[in-house]
Amino acid sequence: MAEPAADPVGLYRTVSLIRGFEQRAVALVRTGVIRGGIHPCTGQEAVAAGTCAALRPDDVITSTHRGHGHVLAKGADPARMMAELAGRTTGLNRGRGGSMHAADFGVGILGADAIVGAAVPIATGAAWAFRRAGSDRVAVAYFGDGAVSQGVVLETFNLAALWRVPVVLVCENNGFATSMRPADTMAGSVVGRAAAFGIPASTVDGMDPQAVLDATAEAVARARSGGGPSLLECATYRFDAHHTWEHTARPRYRTDEEVAEGKARDPLEIQGARIPAATRAAIDAETGARLDEAVRFALAGPHPDPATALDHLYATGMRARAGAL
Amino acid sequence: MPNLSYLKALNRAIGDEMERDAAVCVLGEDVGVAVSYATAGLLRRFGRDRVLDTPISEQAFTGFATGAAMAGMRPLVEFQIPALLFLVFEQIANQAHKFSLMTGGQTRVPVTYLLPGSGSRDSWAGQHSDHPYSLFAHVGVKTVVPATATDAYGLLVTAIRDDDPVVVFAPSGALGLREVVDFADLAPVPLGVGRVHRAGADVTVVAVGHLVHDALAVAEDLAGSISVEVFDPRSLYPFDWQGLAASLERTGRLVVVDDSNRSCGIGAEILATAAEEMRLIAPPRRITRPDGAVLPFARELDLACQPTRAQLRAAVEKTVGAG
Ligand SMILES: Cc1ncc(C[n+]2csc(CCOP(=O)(O)OP(=O)(O)O)c2C)c(N)n1
Repeated sequence: MAEPAADPVGLYRTVSLIRGFEQRAVALVRTGVIRGGIHPCTGQEAVAAGTCAALRPDDVITSTHRGHGHVLAKGADPARMMAELAGRTTGLNRGRGGSMHAADFGVGILGADAIVGAAVPIATGAAWAFRRAGSDRVAVAYFGDGAVSQGVVLETFNLAALWRVPVVLVCENNGFATSMRPADTMAGSVVGRAAAFGIPASTVDGMDPQAVLDATAEAVARARSGGGPSLLECATYRFDAHHTWEHTARPRYRTDEEVAEGKARDPLEIQGARIPAATRAAIDAETGARLDEAVRFALAGPHPDPATALDHLYATGMRARAGAL
Repeated sequence: MPNLSYLKALNRAIGDEMERDAAVCVLGEDVGVAVSYATAGLLRRFGRDRVLDTPISEQAFTGFATGAAMAGMRPLVEFQIPALLFLVFEQIANQAHKFSLMTGGQTRVPVTYLLPGSGSRDSWAGQHSDHPYSLFAHVGVKTVVPATATDAYGLLVTAIRDDDPVVVFAPSGALGLREVVDFADLAPVPLGVGRVHRAGADVTVVAVGHLVHDALAVAEDLAGSISVEVFDPRSLYPFDWQGLAASLERTGRLVVVDDSNRSCGIGAEILATAAEEMRLIAPPRRITRPDGAVLPFARELDLACQPTRAQLRAAVEKTVGAG
């Protein structure tokens, strides 16, 4: 079930959990246990922790290629999440999704999506269906700063505003789309784009979990009460590489000084300073133990049988012709 | 008995399913006034809540349908022209189709994509004349191409009830067809079950969509000399391989007529599978559009790219002669 995260201690716990998860996941990539690599969200934890703290368990999210934080903050079990990254049948998606597609419908995670911007209409469609069904559930669509140059995202802004869909559009502006800075790729601004569609939009300090929570709570309240979509641009910073293979090519698109400056505003420290030191230490110990157990669980999980490679291809259970299998 | 038009059959199928299941909704451009006719009367019957006129935003509303489906709706998305499928290939092939497997079976995406007026529309030129069903069969999206009014009704009903995404191509060459039917006989048609429109002993002609009617005409023409079996797969994915094999057990010869491009088209797949796995006593042949064709505007050029009865007849005669 979702973490009770909306208080200072809860927010810290979520940030700590995500940070520790990413550290362990990166280590497992380095040792080859996690194949294909990951896009770590280290540094961006405040966005996931703050937004999800404003949601109910029955609200839903769609996420991105950099989605571990969102998925954990929404309440996925870290052990099953780690097992998914390791490609085990005990994973959230039975080893069929991996890092970029982690989904847990039971806690409202419709899935991370590896195509930049593609999940924004999906969250919007789900939110519309909720309202149609007479419920007050809302959806959050996460996307990066790079995604706001995707046509489908801007088309979706129009639909969401036109039909007053209860969706919260969360742009995680971490300063980069791979190597490219928003200033070099984006005409105008994120908030300006929303404004063009009449969508209320604001920029919030995406390193501060509490600030993100406060802004999201307002947007969620608006959505629940029929006020339609809002956009939240969370100004954050990615501490790690775009992807874990970045260390092989070592592209240089930012200076060490800039990274150090970014890391000086660490959400772990910002939120950690708000709670008693002893509480903080206890939480770190607790999340650490939980994550060590998650790694053990992941590694103990069985690898899927190759003969099952096309299981779940069709919801109806239709079997594909064998082909190479 | 009523003389049901193909378009009216589509319209009836949507209306019946909306009546039967409150989760079925329709979205697309101008579906309110029903410019294609397929959605005629639905807005009046079911209201704006279930019949949504969308902005001209194919990518957004196709992705939107995926999310709505995952949240419990069964959307039918209508596209005004088949080329728009190229625009939303991402949303169908890469999103809707992949969610079941990628989530390890946690969700289903019951969306129907309806293309009323696929294929050549008689000089609508390059961007309005595609018939891209082979692309969807290739990626494994359920793909149906009804040839008759009853099959249009039955396959569309099945598509709407199916828990996976299904693309329904209604060939423009079939939209005007009529069929005398008893409404009480209209029924769902299962996917992956072909239909032998005419039994024969010498050669099996597999015809897709509106070409079924050309194949029947050619079979009739040749009736004195060659006994032609006309097999309509009805759905291209899944394909009725058993039905085809049974037909080839009877005839041993195969000609495919398919209004899509030759290279990597469904015709190639049918020939390859038959050659690998079925009884053939003569080399199989296929009549298709040219490789990589873009339909030119001028009527005679448009027609020059489409399979013709004369080509089909020649191929049948050659195949039987070679036997
Ligand atoms: C449509 C699309 N184009 C390109 C890619 C390759 N790609 C993966 S991540 C990425 C950068 C995305 O930047 P942003 O949206 O800012 O998210 P961030 O990585 O910063 O979290 C790109 C170009 C993709 N996955 N999808």
